[in-house]
Amino acid sequence: MPENLFKVNKEEYMLPGNRACQGCGLSLGYRYILKALRENTILTIPASCLTVLHGLYPTTSVALPCLNCTFASTAASASGLVAGLNALNRGDITVVAVAGDGGTYDIGIQALSGAAERGTDFIFVCYDNEGYMNTGTQRSSATPMGALTTTTPIHTKQQNKKDMLKIMEAHDLPYIATVSPAYPMDLYDKFVKAKRIKGTRYLQMSAPCPPGWGFPPKDMVKLSRLAIETGMFVLYEVENGRFSFTGRSKTLAEKGKRLPVINYLERQGRFRKMSLEQLSQIQRWVDGKWNEYVRRAETN
Amino acid sequence: MSRTEILTGNQAAAEGAKLCHIQVVSAYPITPQTSLTEYLSQAIESGQLKAEYVRVESEHSALSVCIAASSVGARAFTSTSSHGLLYMHEQLHWAAGSRLPIVMCCVNRGVGAPWSIFNDQQDSISQRDTGWIQIYCRDNQEIIDTLIQAYRIAELVKIPVMVCYDGFVLSHTMMPVEIPDAETVDAFLPPYHAHTILSPEDPRNINPVTFPWRRADQDGVMCDGYMELRYKLQTALEAAGETIAAVGRDFAERFGRDHGGLLWRYRTEDADVILTGMGSIATEATMAVDALREQGIAAGVVGLRVYRPFPKAAVREAFRDARAVLVMEKDISYGYEGALCSDLKAAFYGTEISAPIHNVVAGLGGRDVKARELAEVTREILDRIAAGQPEGPTTWLNCRTDTLTE
Ligand SMILES: Cc1ncc(C[n+]2csc(CCOP(=O)(O)OP(=O)(O)O)c2C)c(N)n1
Ligand code: SF4
Ligand SMILES: [Mg+2]
Repeated sequence: MPENLFKVNKEEYMLPGNRACQGCGLSLGYRYILKALRENTILTIPASCLTVLHGLYPTTSVALPCLNCTFASTAASASGLVAGLNALNRGDITVVAVAGDGGTYDIGIQALSGAAERGTDFIFVCYDNEGYMNTGTQRSSATPMGALTTTTPIHTKQQNKKDMLKIMEAHDLPYIATVSPAYPMDLYDKFVKAKRIKGTRYLQMSAPCPPGWGFPPKDMVKLSRLAIETGMFVLYEVENGRFSFTGRSKTLAEKGKRLPVINYLERQGRFRKMSLEQLSQIQRWVDGKWNEYVRRAETN
Repeated sequence: MSRTEILTGNQAAAEGAKLCHIQVVSAYPITPQTSLTEYLSQAIESGQLKAEYVRVESEHSALSVCIAASSVGARAFTSTSSHGLLYMHEQLHWAAGSRLPIVMCCVNRGVGAPWSIFNDQQDSISQRDTGWIQIYCRDNQEIIDTLIQAYRIAELVKIPVMVCYDGFVLSHTMMPVEIPDAETVDAFLPPYHAHTILSPEDPRNINPVTFPWRRADQDGVMCDGYMELRYKLQTALEAAGETIAAVGRDFAERFGRDHGGLLWRYRTEDADVILTGMGSIATEATMAVDALREQGIAAGVVGLRVYRPFPKAAVREAFRDARAVLVMEKDISYGYEGALCSDLKAAFYGTEISAPIHNVVAGLGGRDVKARELAEVTREILDRIAAGQPEGPTTWLNCRTDTLTE
C-alpha cells in the first residue's frame, strides 16, 4: 500500500535518540501513534518503559506535552487534564493516556474503569509487552500462559492472559481497537479515527519486547507479524459495539489460514520451559477466542 | 455585603470554596467529610458554581485529577478524611513535588484498624512529611476564612495546602459564620496563574525521571537534579511561614478577622503554665484555662494554627516565659510520643526555654475531651512537676489503662 504512505503526517514527534532498547515494539508503534495524534494533544504517562523512552530531566525525546503521573493514576490523571482543559475552555485539545499492560490490566484498572464509566473524553492507549518490563520482566496479568518471567522463574506463568479488551467492551465504549507496530498504516488509521470520536476510546497495541521475551531485536517486526498470523494477537475494532476484523486479521478470517501458535512461541526464549500440556491449552485458548471473533464478525 | 448564617463546618468550607472560584473539584465520600462533597455537587449542578466536578472512583484518583487539572492551569479543590487521606498518600507527595497550589480540606478523623468514624488528628499528622502546608482550624468561621487564605498562600508559595478541621466537632456542628462578600474575596484572591502550564503551545515533559545529579538541557544550561528540587521545596516551605503570616495580616485588614497567622494565644501574658494544641482541643483548653485561673493557677493557651511549616521562631517566642508546658494532642507517633510534643521539644532545643514539658494524648477515636478534664489533668501534672518530675510519661487522658482486657 505505497499510496497510503503519502497520507502519513510528515512531522516527527519522536525525536532521534530515545532510551528504548533496540528493536522495541513500543518505540516503533509510538512513533506512528504520535504522528496520527498530531500537535493539539496532551499526553499523560505512568511509570513504565515509556517513562524512560520520554527521557531524563531536563531533556525529552518526545515533542508533545506530557504529564508524568504515578503508576496507578493514569486514567485519573487524564480525567483531570480533561476537566482542567474544559474549565479553561480548551476542550479542543485531545487528551491521551498511554500506559503499559501493568498500568492498564493491573494497578491502573480501577482508575481506567472509573474514567471509562464516566465517559471521559480521552484516548487510553495500552501498549502490551506482556509483563512489567521497566522493573525487569515480572509477570503481569497480561503475561501469556507458559512464559518465564522473573517472578515465574521456574514453573512459568500458570494462567491465561486476562482479556482486557472484553473488560473495556463491558464499559460500552464508542471505540475500541487493537493495533500492531508491524502494521503502521492500520495503526495510523485507527488513531486518526479515534481522535475524531468523542468519549472514551481504548486502543491496545501489541508491543514485542526483545529482552523481555527473548528474541533478537532484528526480528521484532517478524515476531509481531507471527503474533497475528497465529491469532495470538488479533487486529480488530469495535465501534459502538460493532466488531470487525481489520488488516491482516481480516484476510486471515476470510481465508481461514491461521498458523499454529507454536510457530510464534518457539521463537521466544520466555516459552522455552513451556509444557506440552500448556502448549495445547494455549492453542485451545487462542482457537476459542478466534472463533468468538469470527462469530461476532459474521453477526455484525 | 457579607452575610451571617448558621453553618456547619462542612457548609462553611463549601461556601469558602465557592468564593474562591474553584474550577475543578474532585472528591470521594467519606465520613465526616461527605456532606462537603454533596454541598459542592449541589452548587455545581444548580449552576451556582461554575466548575467541573469529576466524580471519581477513589481518593487516589481524586487527588490525581486535581494534580492534572492544576497542571493545565485550573484552580483545583478536594476534600477527604481518614482512610481517604491515607489512600491519597502517594498523590500527596506527587502534588507537593510538582509544586501545585491545590487546596484540600481534611476533616480530621481517626484511622483503622479497628474502624472508627470519630474525630482525632492521626490522619493528617501521619501525612506530615508529604510536603504540604497544614493549617488547623478552631471554629467554623476560621474554616471559611482559612480556605480563602489557603489559595492565596498556595498560589504565592507554590505549595499545596491542607486545611484541617475536626470531624463532627466542627464539621457537623452549627455556628454563626460570616460569609465574606464576593468582591472583597476577589480583590484578595487574584485568578490562578500556573507556574508551568502544560499546553500544546509549549510542549514539556513534566516530572520525568530526574537523576541525583544535575544535567544540562539542550542549550547546555545545567538544571537541577533531584536533590536540588527537594531542597527548593524545603526552603520554600520554610519561607512559607512568613507568607502565611502576611496573608493572615492582609486578610485581617480587609475582612476584620485575625486568626493569628501561625499561632494564637489566650491569656498568656502572665501565664506560668501554657497549654498547647491544634484545632478544637486548643479551643477546649481555653475553657480549661478560665477554670484554672479561677483556682489561682496562671495558665494560658498557645494554639498552633500552622503545623507545617513548623513555626519554630513564633513558638520559641510564645513559650519564652513558660514555667510549664502541657502539649495536648489527638495523635500519637507510635513508639514515641505525640508528634506535636516532639516537634515542640525540638524547637526549644538550644534556647533558654527549660520548662518541663508534659504530653497529653487525648480524644483518640472520638473519646470525649472536656475542658474540666483538661483542667484536672493540668493540676495533676503541675503536682508532679512540683514533686520534681520535669518530664513524665505521656498521659493518656480518659483512657482506662487500669482495666484493660486481655
Ligand atoms: C505504586 C508503584 N508500584 C510499583 C512501581 C514500580 N514499577 C514501575 S514501572 C513498573 C512496571 C510497569 O509495567 P508496565 O505497566 O507493563 O509497563 P512496562 O514497563 O512493561 O512498559 C513497576 C512495577 C511504581 N512505580 N509504583
Ligand atoms: S524493555 Fe522491552 S518494552 Fe521496555 S524499552 Fe526495552 S524493548 Fe521496549
Ligand atoms: Mg508491560
